[in-house]
Amino acid sequence: MQVTHAASALAGGILIGLSATLLLLLNGRIAGISGIFNGALRPRPGDTAWRLAFLTGLVLGTVLHSISGPAPIPYLPDEFSPALMVAGGLLVGFGTRLGSGCTSGHGVCGIARFSVRSLAATITFVLTGMISVFLVRHVLGLGAGA
Amino acid sequence: MKRLTAALVAGLLFGFGLSLARMTDRQRVLGFLDVAGDWDPTLVWVLGGAVGTTLITFRLILRREQPLLDAGFHLPTRTHLDRSLLIGAFLFGIGWGIAGYCPGPGIAALGIGLPNAAVFVLALAAGSFLPMGWARDEHPGRGRATAPKQEVNKSA
Repeated sequence: MQVTHAASALAGGILIGLSATLLLLLNGRIAGISGIFNGALRPRPGDTAWRLAFLTGLVLGTVLHSISGPAPIPYLPDEFSPALMVAGGLLVGFGTRLGSGCTSGHGVCGIARFSVRSLAATITFVLTGMISVFLVRHVLGLGAGA
Repeated sequence: MKRLTAALVAGLLFGFGLSLARMTDRQRVLGFLDVAGDWDPTLVWVLGGAVGTTLITFRLILRREQPLLDAGFHLPTRTHLDRSLLIGAFLFGIGWGIAGYCPGPGIAALGIGLPNAAVFVLALAAGSFLPMGWARDEHPGRGRATAPKQEVNKSA
């Protein structure tokens, strides 16, 4: 792994941390993407516009970075895998709503609040994520294109 | 209006950070989760940078009575481990390993027009509407009677 590669990843992580900082300091909100997304799908007066603003920023931020020039970390080869996206998306949508959070809400924000729930959730989803990849890649032999 | 601008700027930073760290590349994330394969440490740096930042800043911010643009903090109030949390996190991890996207990177990757991300986000939305009563705790009302006056934001 190149130094520039690690530095980009670390810098990207710090920007994510600053985003969560800004949202908490200014709006008093947790930057949990699944929570923001789920709330936006179930509109309530006065509680929807900020969610849409954040999600719009999330997509535009990626656009801005993509047009700002070549990045140190290259994209790896990938293929369109609709069946995996549907199965994975349904499970992630269901699981993050039931479990009240995802990588950002539990992993980045919850751990920083020393939340036992978030720590337990993070350990759980990282472990089951690893088991899942092991099964999909090395047992079922499914990769890109499925 | 200020709160909307704040949310937009926070979203921009988040998306820019995800793209810079290439978490928008699901193969990078799968590489991190693939401990039996050619392990990719990128996500460790990202999570380290993010949590390293929030660990410091959240300490300072949460000493305040209120945020700068709202009357109070909207924080999760539940503190105990329960069935919903653990089953939810378990299933989320399984899905994460199948798709290679969690919600943030999946939505952010719409910005580079990846068809995988588009299908993922549609399924993500659909999944959140699936019936989940079977997995909820046996005493769903527990805790509500003692919920504090502060607005309960169930999502972490």
